Amino acid sequence: MTQFFEPEFKGQDLVCVRGERTVFRGLGFSIAPGGALILIGPNGSGKSSLLRMMAGLLRPAAGRMDWVENGQAEDALEDIDAHGARLHYVGHHDAVKPVLSAAENIGFWAHVRGGGQDGIRDALDVLDIKHLYDVPGRFLSAGQKRRVNLARIIAAPAPLWLLDEPTTALDKATIKRLEGAIQKHRDAGGMVVLSTHAEVNTPGAETLNLADFACKAPLDEHVMV
Amino acid sequence: MDKFNELVKRDLSLAFRQGMDSLMVVAFFIIAVVLFPFGVGPEPNTLAKIAGGTIWVAALLSSMLSLERLFQTDYEDGSLELLALAPIPLEITVLAKVVAHWLTTGLPLIVTAPLLAVLMQMPTEGFIVLIAALLLGTPTLSLIGAVGAALILGSRRGGVLLSLLVLPLYIPILIFGVSAVDAAIFDQSVRPHLVFLGALLAGSMALTPWASAAALRQALE
Repeated sequence: MTQFFEPEFKGQDLVCVRGERTVFRGLGFSIAPGGALILIGPNGSGKSSLLRMMAGLLRPAAGRMDWVENGQAEDALEDIDAHGARLHYVGHHDAVKPVLSAAENIGFWAHVRGGGQDGIRDALDVLDIKHLYDVPGRFLSAGQKRRVNLARIIAAPAPLWLLDEPTTALDKATIKRLEGAIQKHRDAGGMVVLSTHAEVNTPGAETLNLADFACKAPLDEHVMV
Repeated sequence: MDKFNELVKRDLSLAFRQGMDSLMVVAFFIIAVVLFPFGVGPEPNTLAKIAGGTIWVAALLSSMLSLERLFQTDYEDGSLELLALAPIPLEITVLAKVVAHWLTTGLPLIVTAPLLAVLMQMPTEGFIVLIAALLLGTPTLSLIGAVGAALILGSRRGGVLLSLLVLPLYIPILIFGVSAVDAAIFDQSVRPHLVFLGALLAGSMALTPWASAAALRQALE
């Protein structure tokens, strides 16, 4: 397992605006190496938006995110490619191509991130999908597609995992395997942020309730940016 | 460079396994050109006069036909987000996808073009120049088209919008492509026309990946 000696990942005063609605404001977070952050909150409270923001896919309307090392803060969004290399993002879509086999799907993403054959074999092992090795994506069930997608993040190492409802469509046994993988990742110094409605066992994780940062007042009082 | 090849390889294998796309483009190209003799009559002189222009216009339209899907499937299944987050500049990713697009649609058009030139009674002096002009021109079509394809992501009726965005930008390529062929037939110097096509290719290779990448980032927000 790769050891990460990565800096902390921090965000402060983040504001998210979707359409004309302020989803959350004044949000801050901090994740140390080995740490985990669980995002909770009702539907529409901005869990997915926050994860996309952390990934750099969604620009915050205000606020900043930094990688902090030895007291030196480096703006995460300044070099978006370097930031992308430090993280794995699992969103609502599984990005599994119907005409490529499970192994080809995982292999492509692993190679793009410089992962090798060992990593791919390891990933197939961890999520128990060795038997799907040469099955084309179009024959995979929703849960199997999700497993292929999760295998992708194990196949090539990156310190920060951003998981948006990773347990969707997974059976209980696979959730256990995922919990194991997350623990192993954190033991190696990796960081995990995940949003979930189901129970995911992550000992020592911090919880961030997005409802605390919700913006309930009429919009015109908060048009700040 | 390895990663660039990896991206091109992926798009090529997707295109080959999904099959139909290249075939449809070539079939459309042939049918579009074949319609002209029916429309203007089989008179060899008339056909020879419009041969270059007909083939070029048909090539523009058929290369546009497949553009809509250039980013669409990746956008819908979430691959585009992951490509944007991959440690490769998005501009390079765009370029790789354009290369794959050209290999699967532009190249087959160039291979088919001489056959259609025979059908259209084009004088044989024009053949080599037609191929050379298409070789210089079709990559530019894919490059410019990629900007349009990125801009229409997420919109309904994307295909129509795409043609409105992209076709006007194709006009310079059409002008120099056709005039190169005509120059060859009338025994004039073809060099300036080909040089212009080359300049258009070089310019769009340098500029369009930035525009496409910016449009993709916008679409992902």
